[in-house]
Parts: sequence; C-alpha cells; structure tokens
Amino acid sequence: MLLMVETLPKQFKKNASRQLADEDLRKALTKSKGHFTGGRQKAIDNLPEFDSLRDKARDIKDHVLENLDFYLEEYEQKVISTGGKVHWASTKEDVQNTVLEICRSVNATSVNKGKSMIGEECDINEALENSGIRAVETDLGEYIIQIRDERPSHIIAPAVHLTKSQVEKSFRETHTHLDPQRILEEPPTLLEEARTVLRGKYFEAQVGITGANFLVAETGSSIIVTNEGNGDLSQLLPKVHIVLASIEKIVPSLEDASTLLRVLARSATGQEFSVYTTVSTGPRRKADLDGPEEYHVILLDNGRTNMLGTEFQDMLRCIRCGACMNHCPVYQSVGGHAYGWVYPGPMGAVLTPSLLGVDEAGHLPNASTFCGRCEEVCPVRIPLPKLMRHWRQREFESHLTPKFARYGIKLWAYLVKRPSLYKWVMGVQVKILFLLGKRQGRFSSLPFAGGWTKYREFPAPEGKTFQQLWSESSNE
Amino acid sequence: MNEQRQIILNNIRRSLGRSGPMDKEKISALKDRLTSPKRNLIPERTSLTSSSLITLFKDMAEGVFASVEEVDRLSDIPRAITSYLKKENLPSQVVMSSDEVLDSVPWEEQPLLGISKRIPEKDDMVSVTSAAVGVAETGTLAMFSGPDHPSTLNFLPETHVVVLPKDRVAKSYEDVWDMIRNNTAMGDRNEKKEMPRTVNFITGPSRSGDIEQTLLLGAHGPRRLHIILVDSKETN
Ligand code: SF4
Repeated sequence: MLLMVETLPKQFKKNASRQLADEDLRKALTKSKGHFTGGRQKAIDNLPEFDSLRDKARDIKDHVLENLDFYLEEYEQKVISTGGKVHWASTKEDVQNTVLEICRSVNATSVNKGKSMIGEECDINEALENSGIRAVETDLGEYIIQIRDERPSHIIAPAVHLTKSQVEKSFRETHTHLDPQRILEEPPTLLEEARTVLRGKYFEAQVGITGANFLVAETGSSIIVTNEGNGDLSQLLPKVHIVLASIEKIVPSLEDASTLLRVLARSATGQEFSVYTTVSTGPRRKADLDGPEEYHVILLDNGRTNMLGTEFQDMLRCIRCGACMNHCPVYQSVGGHAYGWVYPGPMGAVLTPSLLGVDEAGHLPNASTFCGRCEEVCPVRIPLPKLMRHWRQREFESHLTPKFARYGIKLWAYLVKRPSLYKWVMGVQVKILFLLGKRQGRFSSLPFAGGWTKYREFPAPEGKTFQQLWSESSNE
Repeated sequence: MNEQRQIILNNIRRSLGRSGPMDKEKISALKDRLTSPKRNLIPERTSLTSSSLITLFKDMAEGVFASVEEVDRLSDIPRAITSYLKKENLPSQVVMSSDEVLDSVPWEEQPLLGISKRIPEKDDMVSVTSAAVGVAETGTLAMFSGPDHPSTLNFLPETHVVVLPKDRVAKSYEDVWDMIRNNTAMGDRNEKKEMPRTVNFITGPSRSGDIEQTLLLGAHGPRRLHIILVDSKETN
C-alpha cells in the first residue's frame, strides 16, 4: 500500500511534518534542488538581457489582464475562423462536462493526456474514469504519479518527490506483463520501459488532451512547451485535440509569446529553450496528412475573475515556471504534497486560497520564512511575499487563524527581528515538544496551541527546527 | 456555454471596474497592437553576420545534443545520410515527405537507401525532413506542418534527420513569424499568409528529467536529432 498524503490544504501543518520525516522525499528533493537552481543561474548568466526581458514579460501580462475581456473575445474569434471551437467554463464541473460531451460525441474509450495543470485542477482523470473512459498520462512524471495514484508534487516536475527505486517498485507492480527478472534499477532502463509501454497507447486514443502555456489572440493559437514530445504525440495522433487553459493564459501577439518563452524555459529548467515549443492553430487543414480533425479549447475561470481588480491580480501573471518553489526553503524541506492541492510552493500558497477560499486554504501563506527568494527569481516579478502577507492579514481578520498562530504571529514578529534569539527559542521549543512527544509520539493537546489541537492532532516535531534542517541540507 | 461566456466576460468587466463597453479609441489602439505586432527586446547575441550566425546556430544545436554536419551540395545529402545511419548502426530505411528541398535531392545516387514517402508508422526507425527555418539564437529548428511536412515525422521515429539549407538560418523566433506573415518561407500553399496548423520549434532531441532529475535523451520523441546544413541548393 502506498503512503497517500491527505490532500487538503487545511492539513498543511500535519502534512508538512509527515513529509519532513520522509527519508525518500528528503533524498529526492536534495538531488533536485541544486539541479534546478544551478541550471537557472547558468542560463541567466548566458543572457545579459534577462532582467530586461523579465520587465517586459511582466508588462505584457499586466497589459493582458487589464484588457482581458477584449483579448479573450479576439482570441475566440480567431479560433473560430481557423475552424476550432471555444468552450467557456466557470467551474471545474463545467470543464468536466464539456470534456465528457466531446468524448462521447466521438465514442471515445481512451484519452491521452499531455501534462496539464488545469487538468489536475479539474480532476479530469477521475471524471473520465468515472464515465468509463480510460485516461492515460503520457508525460513520464505524470505517468509515474498516475500509476501510484498520487498528485503531482511540483508543477513542472510532477514526480520530483520520488527516488528511482520507488519508481522501479511502481513499474514492477504495474507492468506485470513484463519479465519479473528484468533489470530495472537505473533511470535509463526505467525511461525505456515507460517509452515502450506508452508507445502502444498513443495509437489507441480517440481524444488527446493537452494544456496550454500560452494562447495567442493574434492568431487563435495554443502553445505548449515540453521536453519529452509526449504532448505532441498526444495531440497529433488522436482524432480530437482538446486544449485545457485558464483565461489568463492569453497573450496578444506571437512576438509577446516569444518574449515570455525566453524567460520561461530559463526560469523553469535552466534550458535556453525547451526541446519542443509547439504552436497549434485549429484542426488539420484540407490537404494535411496528419493532425486532429477537431480542435477544441476549453477556457476555465474557476475563481480567477474574482482576483482581477484586487491585490491578487498580480498572481495571474504567473507562467507556471516553478522557479519560486525550486528556490523556496519551505518547499525544499516539506515537498509539494504538504500543500495539499495542485499548486505547491509560494505560488500555490497565494493561488490556492484565491481559488479554493480562505477557510479551505488560508493556512498556506503561513508556510513561508519570508526570505524573499521567490520574488527575486520570479520571471514575471510577482511580489509573492507581499501577497502571502495579504492572505495572512485576511485570514487573521476573518478569525480563521488558530489561536496559537494569532498569538504566535506577534511573538514571531518580535523574534524575527532578533535572529539569534529566534534560533534559540525555536530550538528549545522544538526540543521540548520532541521530548514530550516521545512518550506518545503525538499530542492531543498543547498548552499554547489549543486552537490548533482542538480539531487535529499535533504531530511531534522531529527534533530539529526548520532552520537546522535547512542549513543541513544546504551543506549536503 | 454561451451563458458561461457572458458570465465570465461580465465578471471580468465588473472586477476591472468597467461597467460599459470599452471606448472606441482604446479598442482601436488594442486592435492595432494585434494587427501590426511590434517586436519586443531581442537578445544581442544574434547581431551577427550571416556566416557567424550559422556558427552560432551550430554551436547552440550541438549544445543541446543535436549532431550537426555540413555539406556543400544537395547531391551530397544521400551519401551523408547513408554514412550517418551506418555509423549509428541504424537501418537504411527512411520515411520522408515530399517537399521542395527533399524533392531536389538526387536520391537515386544511393540505391541502398530505402525511401518511403508517407506519414510515419509505429515501427519506422528513421525520418528525414527539411526545416523551414533554423533559429540561431538557441539552435532551434522551425517546422511548418502541411501536406509536404506531416508533423508526426518530427516525433514518431527514433531518429530524425533534418536538412537545413544555410540560407534558411535566421536570427530569432520573431523572424519566423515575419516569414509566415510575409509568405517568404512556405511556397505557394501560404497564399493567405496564414499560420500553418502546427509550427514545431525543435531544440535538440527529446529528453526527460523526471526520474531523479537525471537528464536522459529519447523520451517520447526522437533520441537522435541529426542536422545536415547544406551550403547551396545547387545539385552540382
Ligand atoms: S509565481 Fe513566478 S516563479 Fe512561481 S511559478 Fe509563477 S511565474 Fe514561476
């Protein structure tokens, strides 16, 4: 049985402590951290214009958000004029219904999916499976977590929390038609096996679903950016291509898309450009020999229009590069699952309460040391710490903050100004809790955290403060 | 769904604090931005003469694990492909499309090279295509889909050999958009100057870092990307 993390943002504290204790997770995250941050730095050193491009990228997104209704209507017209269809969806149920309707119209029994965060947000796989349609994730990372029945823990590296031996175990459990004696330890053999298994599936699907990194108003095109080529095979081979995108993915022109592409890959994986950037416009043309016969775009709102005109509008500039989580000390210690929903790290701490509501996810913005790294690296200059602070404020005002946190914040504000005192107090506090907790492993009540422990158990800390863990992992 | 459309658009307008329609001037400024798009910042690294641009393209492409070779004439291509396939221990059966460049290559000079002109199938090992543009900035190939270039040729076979005439090496992605708009790179079929159904930018062979961030080549797309830069379109 696999260890499933409870996927409720409400549970952040609980999830986080559980994840801190997970040996495999810490191993996996330690490996990935240097890879992403180092790669990004190298790519930026190679491009003197990077910071000016970030300014431009921010301005393009701001301009779109200020005129979003205009661009959406222009975009829609273009899609229609190139033979595609546009569907509007206010909620995830609307997206599910539209997808199912399209699938039924072609009697689909099997759907291939390229990586799509909107697909995750809308639980598309569950909706398809419940209607008897097989959904196959084709991105290697997504495939791995699909067979493990997990959620992605990172927006661009969905299986970053797993070690190769965990992947091996899952492959052996799932690919039971293959020789149990086969050698499968190393990443290349694992990739080879996934490639072979998925190859067969590409030709079976009637519908291919992809996300979109950008939608271009000028041409009615959708753009996907991938490294594996799975998104392209998923959208080229089946009869129908469905694009799932949220409304803020619009950019005005191909030139604007080019500017954003220049900062996206560098911020995400440290590549100068991703392997495949694919611009799709409508269904296949008359004389074409391949490509989908139908092209649908589903535009999702799901709470985003409520963010416009508020202090959270800036969050809608996000291009989902993942740099903020790659550089976040909290994310790097607890991993993505602790955040409890599809969007982890600093961007998730701001976006999740905006989309799910403050009572579901209002605790997430507390998962920050306010070190500011996320804002420093964000390619569209989203003031993430400021937005997290806004949420804290709102959570505080709505009295949703547990009593402990409400007192705690004042104490914390005093302590952060005095780092050595902070370190000492936290160290002592954790040790005390650890010793107390040792007796039963878990607290059902804590003297100064009644508001928290009233509704849930408070797991015993692992004996080290976050700062200690962080400096350890930086030294590794 | 029309209802949803109206709800979403109304929500946007309300949130942005706009009750009525946008004023006419504003709309025409926005339309202008769409009909005559302006270039944003383009990195300096491509401000080069055309021969240095080709060197940049080559260096960037090799930097992302593509292999690049240069030949003088179109007539050198069949031999170049045959020896590449031999070196890589690959079968000498290739699948390709019928396009302006590939159709001018004298394939009959290499009778051992088996050529099928069609869309690829599951078990085809090698595809050969030409590229519409080579973008020097990042060593990226740009492919336009159409009857002369089915996109599946770029993804299905394990090895992708790409012929790129040197005069098709451009500076930036923006050059690709201009070529499409001005119909300079696509032959007759782009009379309407419209976007091809698919524009594929390809930068190196397919890769994945999904298992412990180990960089592995050959995920779902080709494992090998071999680019043949050809000096002139003359056959002799
Ligand atoms: S918030 Fe910024 S850094 Fe984080 S994913 Fe979005 S664009 Fe990237």
